[in-house]
Amino acid sequence: MITAIAIMALGAIVLGAALGYASIKFKVEGDPLVEKIEAILPQTQCGQCGYPGCRPYAEAINKGEADINLCPPGGMEGVQRLADLLGREVKPLEAEEKPKAVAFIDEQTCIGCTLCIQACPVDAIVGAAKQMHTIIPELCTGCELCVPPCPVECISMEPITENLDNWKWKYPVIEIKRAA
Amino acid sequence: MEFTTPPYLLKNASVQRVMLQVLAALLPGVGAYVWIFGPVIVVQLALATATALAAEAAMLKLRDKPISLFLTDGSAVVTAWLIALTFPPLSPWWLIVTGTLFAIVVAKHLYGGLGQNPFNPAMIAFAVCIVSFPALMSQWPAVGMKVDLGDQVRVVFGLLPRLDAISGATPLDTLKTALKLEDGQFSVAALLANQEVFGFFAGRGWEWVTGGYLLGGLWLWQRGIISWHAPIAFAGGLSLLAGALWLANPAQFANPLFHLFSGGAMLGAWFIVTDPVSGCTTPKGKLIFGFSAGVLAYIIRVFGGYPDGVAFAVLLLNICAPLIDHYTQPAIFGMKDKA
Amino acid sequence: MLQLFKFKGGVKPQTNKTQSLAEPIGVAPLPSRLFVPLHQSIGGTPRPLVEPGERVLKGQLIGAADGWISSAVHASTSGTVRAVAEHIAAHPSGLATLSVEIEPDGLDEWTERTPIDHGAMEPEKVRERLREAGVVGLGGAVFPTHGKLTASKTVPMEELVINGAECEPFITCDDLLMRERAEETIRGVGVFRDLLQPKRVLIGIEDNKPEAVAALQAAVTKLGERFEVIAVPTRYPAGGAKQLIRVLTGKEVPSTKRSTDLGVQCFNVATAYTAWRAVAHGEPVVSRIVTLTGNVERPRNWEALLGTPLSEFVALGAPKADTNGYLMGGPMMGFEMPAMDAPLVKATNCIIAGSPTLFPPKAPEMPCIRCGECAKVCPHELQPFELYWFARAHNFGKTQEYHIFDCIECGCCSFVCPSRIPLVQYFRFAKSEIWAREKEKNAADQAKARFEWKTARDEREKAEKAEKLAKAAAAQAAKKAAEAAAAAAAPAAEASASDTPAAAPAAGSPALDAEAAKKAAIAAAMERARAQREAAAPKNTEQLTPAQQREIADIDARRRIMETQTAFNAEIAETQRTQSDEK
Repeated sequence: MITAIAIMALGAIVLGAALGYASIKFKVEGDPLVEKIEAILPQTQCGQCGYPGCRPYAEAINKGEADINLCPPGGMEGVQRLADLLGREVKPLEAEEKPKAVAFIDEQTCIGCTLCIQACPVDAIVGAAKQMHTIIPELCTGCELCVPPCPVECISMEPITENLDNWKWKYPVIEIKRAA
Repeated sequence: MEFTTPPYLLKNASVQRVMLQVLAALLPGVGAYVWIFGPVIVVQLALATATALAAEAAMLKLRDKPISLFLTDGSAVVTAWLIALTFPPLSPWWLIVTGTLFAIVVAKHLYGGLGQNPFNPAMIAFAVCIVSFPALMSQWPAVGMKVDLGDQVRVVFGLLPRLDAISGATPLDTLKTALKLEDGQFSVAALLANQEVFGFFAGRGWEWVTGGYLLGGLWLWQRGIISWHAPIAFAGGLSLLAGALWLANPAQFANPLFHLFSGGAMLGAWFIVTDPVSGCTTPKGKLIFGFSAGVLAYIIRVFGGYPDGVAFAVLLLNICAPLIDHYTQPAIFGMKDKA
Repeated sequence: MLQLFKFKGGVKPQTNKTQSLAEPIGVAPLPSRLFVPLHQSIGGTPRPLVEPGERVLKGQLIGAADGWISSAVHASTSGTVRAVAEHIAAHPSGLATLSVEIEPDGLDEWTERTPIDHGAMEPEKVRERLREAGVVGLGGAVFPTHGKLTASKTVPMEELVINGAECEPFITCDDLLMRERAEETIRGVGVFRDLLQPKRVLIGIEDNKPEAVAALQAAVTKLGERFEVIAVPTRYPAGGAKQLIRVLTGKEVPSTKRSTDLGVQCFNVATAYTAWRAVAHGEPVVSRIVTLTGNVERPRNWEALLGTPLSEFVALGAPKADTNGYLMGGPMMGFEMPAMDAPLVKATNCIIAGSPTLFPPKAPEMPCIRCGECAKVCPHELQPFELYWFARAHNFGKTQEYHIFDCIECGCCSFVCPSRIPLVQYFRFAKSEIWAREKEKNAADQAKARFEWKTARDEREKAEKAEKLAKAAAAQAAKKAAEAAAAAAAPAAEASASDTPAAAPAAGSPALDAEAAKKAAIAAAMERARAQREAAAPKNTEQLTPAQQREIADIDARRRIMETQTAFNAEIAETQRTQSDEK
């Protein structure tokens, strides 16, 4: 009886010590989860989730204040990956999924008001006051934030089409079914 | 063109061809079996095959898979044959049917069907039946019994009472029982010298059957269907332990040759541990898998409570296979000095 | 005799090479149209230099190399440029690429050709010449050759491997080139040798081409070179650059390194030949030898102009009636040409007419039984069934752990798979998916960095502005106070009574004035734009159905509401800003 208690106590002490040691030794600085969530978000900074940027949204998800299905540019795949990371349930996206697009300025109509430059969260528009502006397509995240401020409505969203540079090999079609 | 992905040339290979070759490799063993224990084994093989195919078809239908494609792949037949060959030849029909059903329905299809089963279905069937019906699974006919086929079949289908005269233990079991009863006083050498039961070196008649399996296994290796790693490692593990104990105490432990050629050792070495689906796939992994299974099989068959240990050894190693594979990934082209 | 090494794995498909070896290389007649794609090599897309209507001469530069790793493109014959437009590419996607359409004038008139003496020139100049001549790897990878002709700075160049193995079934273009143009090929190898200065030059040829081995050996002896011509065992993919390097030198080049890091470099024999033509004859790459074989009446090798449409090329071989498609490249790694007007390009070493008997339809795919055949034949010693498992499950991290980028897509695994799983297809899918994600991730990281930078900048600007305004306000207040004091001191006391309450709002007025001016300017611009739009708009609104007009009216109404709202919001924002500025 006493031996049993002694063994149990010893076990408790050893394991407790090990746990205590581990918590000091492997202490994690900061909150890595927010970083991980943010890494999944597409960094369009579009605010379509209702938060002013991807970082605040990541923080809100981490705190449990926001759902994981509020990011339209991330699409269903983003929701899936967030669900995997956080162990939450996959939910359908709040908004409809749109094909990826970049903004395009009709240079004939542009009056050079710089409003879109101020609206662009990722500095993807170049131009100066009273000079025509243009969008650098490689830098544009397709957030659409420049579209409403334009006073002359010269900005449109052009979907990215498939070309030889972004073409991908497709997932092989499973042919098992066909044989039946 | 019909299909649009390279390569456009394919070797003439199919799952069906692989399985048919495995079945062909079993034939020498089956032949010896017929000669030693009588043609009743053919009835059992047919019974198991029919059950397996019926169960397979039903499960494919339930799972909404193409029936003809999978039914003809031969994998269910291989499972059925292995079950029939590991079960005692005079097992009642329902024992074979139960084992086969369990193998196909639970061990194969509930885990996802062909290629997805983590355990060897035939070994699952053997383990389930030996745990549930230990007595029936331990009764092997005496070699050279004078019972005609009709009577044998009637025994199988329960039309004749099971006679003690025609059923007994395997040499392996006999040895173990004798050793246990005699409490170590009995000499193995003396027992083995008894040609009536123990034949030349591993049980009268048994040597021929297991020799047939060895022949088939070597043929499979020569055809490139299996690699040598797992069988050799299995035989090595089994003989190493057997040899060590035999050298330490020849009076109490049988020699490695006896262990290699008795029970399910040969069948296991060439047809069970080589199962690619539930076994290891890397060369090093196959060696570890085979060796561990051999050691475990010896321990279970000599010190455990069951007549043979191959099935349990293989099942235990099946659990470890993914882990072994993970840690034995071979170094790849150009990265060998680093690994 | 040199000791040969072995590479693991490999398969031995039926070679099918004899059919196209019966006749010598023929010169393909001028096609009626040429579609020369500008992007024919790895690296930057060349810029078009010609315009429709322009006359071009054979060998004239029509696309200038863009960046160092890029290669020039030339007119394949003399004629008139009909268009510089998107045309279907010789690519499995079936997508279009910017191409120059040339209508030949039948004269086949060369532009001025200037041979150079490469021995007397700076190596850098020779490399530039090769770049301008559009010399690229003709074995199929089309990597710009000049980019491979620089030895590693730290590792001495030991072996130069010349690849004449040609391991893919059906293809014989290199075989005939070596037989018929051995001397020029060896001279081209000499150019590479001079640029790289290796200790040894090894020419590897599969031992099923004894004539080619003999021809090259004779040429080597004749030219007094010390190159070693070596027959290597015939086993696919012995002609893979890494496999041939392994066989001849025993060195294994991993995916993470360049071969020059191990002191080896490898070129195709056809590349050596074109390099010699470019150096000694000033001829850019405008044609190449293409094997036309398979389900055709007259299989043969043709010297065909780049840009020749597939339809006109295959007519030379008279395809049989049951031909149901054309492969570009070999049956192991090639792909089906997307259309009959897709052009021949620098990468086109072979066109195989397919038929149901030649390439029978594939039996249905079965689940993987982990038999390990694929691992046995993988020349890079990968575990294809594990890769397949992860690629199928979209588990791309795991595929990289299992070295998916070491896969050379040779197709051995798919070739032997008893379950006929399109393994290579899965690996290609996984690779391009990983690349796309990497790109997306990089773009996202950069976007994030720019966003953070912009936010910081906005805040700094705001702070600076607030500071400036505060200073101005303080100065104003001080001035007013002084004025007030002066006024108070003055005997005219009645004026000060009305002055004092006005002092507070006046403090913010300069800022407000500026804002107002800006707002007015914007409003004016909006007005102008609206006027412009109205002036331009009616073009396509004349014959509208009532429904459409109603819709437009609806949209306009919505837009007006939005505009007022935006204006209102802007105003509120402005007011808030001004208020905060004042604080």
